[in-house]
Amino acid sequence: MNLSLLLEMSASTLEDRPAITSGSRTMTYAQLDAAARRCAAKFLSMGATGVVYCGTNDASFPVAVFGAAYAGLPFIPLNYRLGDEQLQPLVEANRGAVIIAETTQVPGADSDMIVLRSTLLDPSFSTSADVELPPFVDPEDVAIVLYTSGTSGTPKAALLRHRHLTAYVIGTVEFAGAEPEQAALVTVPPYHIAGLANLLSNMYSGRRIVYLESFDAQVWLDTLRNERITQAMVVPTMLARVVQHLDGSPADAPHLATLSYGGARMPLPVLEQALELFVGTGFVNAYGLTETSSTIALLGPEDHDAAFAGDPVAKVRLGSVGKVLPGIEVEVRDEDGNVLPVGEPGLVFLRGEQVSGEYDGGSVIDAEGWFPTKDRGWIDADDYLFIEGRADDTIIRGGENIAPAEIEDVLRRHDAIVDAAVVGIPDDEWGQQIAAVVVVAPGKSVGVDELHDYCQLHLRSSKTPYRIEFRDELPHTPTGKLLRREVLADLLG
Amino acid sequence: MDIKAGSRLACPECSVELVVVRPPSAAVVLTCGGVEVVDAAADRPGGGHADAAGEGTLVGKRYADEDSGIEVLCAKPGPGTLAADGREVPIKGAKPLPSSD
Repeated sequence: MNLSLLLEMSASTLEDRPAITSGSRTMTYAQLDAAARRCAAKFLSMGATGVVYCGTNDASFPVAVFGAAYAGLPFIPLNYRLGDEQLQPLVEANRGAVIIAETTQVPGADSDMIVLRSTLLDPSFSTSADVELPPFVDPEDVAIVLYTSGTSGTPKAALLRHRHLTAYVIGTVEFAGAEPEQAALVTVPPYHIAGLANLLSNMYSGRRIVYLESFDAQVWLDTLRNERITQAMVVPTMLARVVQHLDGSPADAPHLATLSYGGARMPLPVLEQALELFVGTGFVNAYGLTETSSTIALLGPEDHDAAFAGDPVAKVRLGSVGKVLPGIEVEVRDEDGNVLPVGEPGLVFLRGEQVSGEYDGGSVIDAEGWFPTKDRGWIDADDYLFIEGRADDTIIRGGENIAPAEIEDVLRRHDAIVDAAVVGIPDDEWGQQIAAVVVVAPGKSVGVDELHDYCQLHLRSSKTPYRIEFRDELPHTPTGKLLRREVLADLLG
Repeated sequence: MDIKAGSRLACPECSVELVVVRPPSAAVVLTCGGVEVVDAAADRPGGGHADAAGEGTLVGKRYADEDSGIEVLCAKPGPGTLAADGREVPIKGAKPLPSSD
């Protein structure tokens, strides 16, 4: 199984069904397949050893992904917004690859290998040489190299082989299962696993993808209506902006059957408001990691509806990531590797065919096939998985493990607070003390003492921040993950 | 014939094409409409099946034989029905999920 087969099957079965819309351009499955094969031959004629994609989200993205797959070359998406200093080492690490970019000036790149993104869609980007596409791409070959967001330091190159990604797709998606009128709106960046998994799933299901190059709440809402979008995926930051933009008025997206979210922890107040404004839309929380080929657990629409209707158990589960997918196993272990019983928090381990757990430097999968996610969490009596956050972020105060997310959730629920970050700062007496940095909503005000009392009322006193500071904004990754190390550096510096 | 993961197989007589998801753990003869499947790149006379018994093979469906462990995905459909050492190969149950992406 390799990625090109997913498109090949759709192209031969669905042919003239629309596959991709970006701007005013729509490509059918057959056209996408032909463009991908044309680019694959061109990449091979250039002697490329990989396909680096350093561009925005539009029709050239799927052409590049499947072009790389048809050529049997790894696809390596990079964040086109990176500064030269960060981009150069990543480009140099992939010497020999063709580089698809927004400009012909790419630091560290061999100029012969740079291709303007828009060129991919041009039929003249082709080769007259007699290049044969490889008839067999080994499922063991690396399909995608993804630089993880690196909330804890330098980005790492995660390797996903064809067999991991195809296991995810054929295990969770019904081939050609989408109705012809279905359409998915995609705004997640192309260099994120969600953007790639989304492309593969939708192409296999036969659902048209509508790409927006950049996110704007009003444009996003307009596109939902104009393109009759039935499925959309957002990161929490985007949903927060949509909810803020709607300012209490209904979303008026009558065709939107499913709105899925993931990529970072969703603040509960944002979700609760969104559930109220998107009437008739089913919400899905998807949890996964780059190293697990995207989604491994889902909290579905029924769970969201029950919570919205006031079911107390479902309300608690709204803070979970739902149940793991069929074919995925989960274990929660303590620091010594002992498997913990239901309800006890610890380190989350995953196993399954879609789980890669491999980096450029080697695999972190253990002898029994388990991948250490480095997330902390627990499982409830009905198999709902709760994720507290990264193990590295856990604050250990006087021997007690404290998850920053719990305190951040409480702070964000305060009327005057729009964003909050909680980190551990070194302390001689306690080992670590809890520090909170908050962003006050426009037009609101709140003092340190008031926030302190508020936290003591809603949290145990051992979890009440010892230090509280105010900032105009907090640092996040493009998918909305909080960059705690920057918050900490700011506090200590 | 060497059946490995990712191998592409085809029915010599009808339009069925398959991709191996999981190779067999023991030797097995995989047939389509009673005719042994071949490497997809091999010669395919394409005469059709005289007696196309069974329900045929459906595109996008996974077929798994428990005894031999072989699992294939149908990439192109056709009237021939799959069998492993003579046993009809059943469709592996789909697992419908809410759309997450």
